Amino acid sequence: MDFTLTPEQEAFRAQVRTWLEENMPREWTSRVMASSDVPRPEAYDFLRRWQRQLYDAGFIGLTWPKEYGGRGLTFMEELILHEEMALAKAPPVLNILGVGMAGPTIIAYGTEEQKRRYPAKILSCEEIWCQGYSEPNAGSDLASLQTRAVKDGDHWVVNGQKVWTSLAHIADYMMLLARTDPDAPKHKGITYFLLDMKSPGVTVKPLRQITGDPEFNEVFFDNVRVHESQVLGGVNNGWQVGLTTLMYERLALGFGLQVRLRIALDGLVEMARRVEKHGRVLTKDPIMRQKIAQLWIDTECLKYTGARAITKLLKGEIPGPEASTGKMIWVDTHQRLQELAMEIQGPYSQLMRGSDWAVEGGLWQYTFLRSRANSIEGGTTEVQKNIIGERILGLPKG
Amino acid sequence: MNFGFSEEQEQIRATARKFFENECTSEFVRRRMEEPAGVTDEFWAKLAEQGWLGLVYPEEYGGAGLGFVDLTVLMEEMGRAVMPGPFFSTVLLGGLTILEAGSAGQKKEWLPRIAAGEAKVALAWTEPNARWDAAGVTATAKPADGGFVLSGTKLFVLDAHIADALVVVARTSEGRQPEHGVSLFLVPRSSVGVEVKLLPTMDQTRKLCEVGLHDVRVPATALLGARDGGWPPLARVVERATVALCAEMCGGAQRVLDMTVEYAKIRVAFGRPIGSYQGVKHRAADMLVDVENAKSLTYYAAWAVDEKIPESALAASMAKAYASDAFRKVAAAGIQLHGGIGFTWEHDLHLYFKRAKSSEFAFGDATYHRERVAQLINL
Repeated sequence: MDFTLTPEQEAFRAQVRTWLEENMPREWTSRVMASSDVPRPEAYDFLRRWQRQLYDAGFIGLTWPKEYGGRGLTFMEELILHEEMALAKAPPVLNILGVGMAGPTIIAYGTEEQKRRYPAKILSCEEIWCQGYSEPNAGSDLASLQTRAVKDGDHWVVNGQKVWTSLAHIADYMMLLARTDPDAPKHKGITYFLLDMKSPGVTVKPLRQITGDPEFNEVFFDNVRVHESQVLGGVNNGWQVGLTTLMYERLALGFGLQVRLRIALDGLVEMARRVEKHGRVLTKDPIMRQKIAQLWIDTECLKYTGARAITKLLKGEIPGPEASTGKMIWVDTHQRLQELAMEIQGPYSQLMRGSDWAVEGGLWQYTFLRSRANSIEGGTTEVQKNIIGERILGLPKG
Repeated sequence: MNFGFSEEQEQIRATARKFFENECTSEFVRRRMEEPAGVTDEFWAKLAEQGWLGLVYPEEYGGAGLGFVDLTVLMEEMGRAVMPGPFFSTVLLGGLTILEAGSAGQKKEWLPRIAAGEAKVALAWTEPNARWDAAGVTATAKPADGGFVLSGTKLFVLDAHIADALVVVARTSEGRQPEHGVSLFLVPRSSVGVEVKLLPTMDQTRKLCEVGLHDVRVPATALLGARDGGWPPLARVVERATVALCAEMCGGAQRVLDMTVEYAKIRVAFGRPIGSYQGVKHRAADMLVDVENAKSLTYYAAWAVDEKIPESALAASMAKAYASDAFRKVAAAGIQLHGGIGFTWEHDLHLYFKRAKSSEFAFGDATYHRERVAQLINL
């Protein structure tokens, strides 16, 4: 057991730190948008430029192979990068679904042509990706999805609908799961497509969510033609490919999530220091201290649990139970954190952006509302518990 | 970075698991619960033979010179077996205080004998005020005849009734701060005026005593470390013992989870194994999360105390806050998911449930340690 870094890793940390000191955008820090872990619509253009800057400096896609736009480094450098980003309260990555999911899956399953075509543009944010998994009748039970793709010459013709599709309104490509063999058992007749969102027949309709933002969408497919070269990982193999994507999502996004949590927690502590209640600063209130300390412990815990998983990855082993619990811990901690932010604000928590009385410009109201999605997106907490119960503990299926 | 156990550490785990499965069966534990001693000479000698009584002591004092990460593995296995006896009190409290505060002569005199299983030393620290801070030390040591006279009452003292000597924490002066003026004394249990009463405990695998100090006269040579300077070494001992306790709690919680999962696979209700119902499955998943989180924080704390990094106090408090809640919740869930059988004396679950409770309050409960975390992060 050893948490010390090699001289090379220390040098990498210094390099990241210096770069961030010199390049952190003022407009971002001055707005203290840092508590937001999700790119918001009004920041899209800014975040596009920011990701491009990261790419040009070589600070994104660290673990991806060099020939596909990455740097061929290890998870350690990735971890260091994320820690430094957190300390600097750096903006989030806009093309998060591309970087966290599409890229790694294409690198794992893609043809050489696909690998040369897509990953680098994901990192540079030239092409934004969205994830076409969920449907109105296929959420937690994803394998029952009904969007169909029928072969027609060297093309597939797609009809159907996706829903809750984040970033679809600005996305260039979609990771699309569609049913290609309706007669096969439900997990075996699904294919993974790389879909150009500009294809004729693709319609994106924004959905206004609980926050009021149109962050996610419905996507309709009306005889959309996709060339067969856009299949990823083989016809009817989409379930396997899609699961890989989800695994990457949980592992890769895990680093970022822990870091964002820490940024939010630091923000919450700063806010609590400024609030007085019954004549004393809130951070001196014993109950508040208990709640903040527990959040601190849970946030640190997520880091160490992640470190245990990374250790196994670095040794070439498959992460054990500790990797599966990360998402649940994060969700629980983050939702509790957001609730506490409202508690700290008290009656002021009712006031939204637009009021001079709103605390910190009403940013916490957004993150609080947005956090309700955490236990639904990327696998509901209930599904996560089924997975842990069945795959980790070996309990029988219901 | 490497946040895993080495092959040698996994070897300790494998050896320990096999040893306890053979030597520390449920039957053995239950017999020790019924007896005052809580240990047999034979069992104690075997622990010594394995090299575990001196695992973390330097080689020059008869130990193996290993660290707290190594010890973590052993403690997890002891917790798994809900091992009774004075390991904790002798090796990690009494012995470690001698190592931390004692003179070379005192260390030479006691540590090799502890490691060899020939001596037991308890730590008489806490008092009826049940405080874990320096202000809780009110027993006094007053200079007399070139030595000291000790007076006061110590409570919740582990295994004092079978100890050869007690490390007594007493106040030698009233400093400006409670941390100043605390001293440590190494006192033979047979000293005149030392009165030890064994207390009936909920967790019968842990033997707690009341120690009355009725004008106990000790020579100046009984002083362990500097006069008035006993608190810092004691705090270092407590920090490390706390981490070791967390590891023991992780092992116990893991065992409860294992028992519960096995039972949920075979127990049938309404025609199906109960583990197939989400009401049971999800609770088991929650138990796993608690156990794994407790381990993550504990392993980090073990590494932190081994490396003596400045963050070690914070790491220890984070681990104890989490493990205290986690073990209690997991043990309670274990009973719930077992149904009626889990509530019987016959089933082993109650041993873990009670161990969770005694461990929860040893060295401060979750609330106490969360407040410490708040202080250490400058809240």
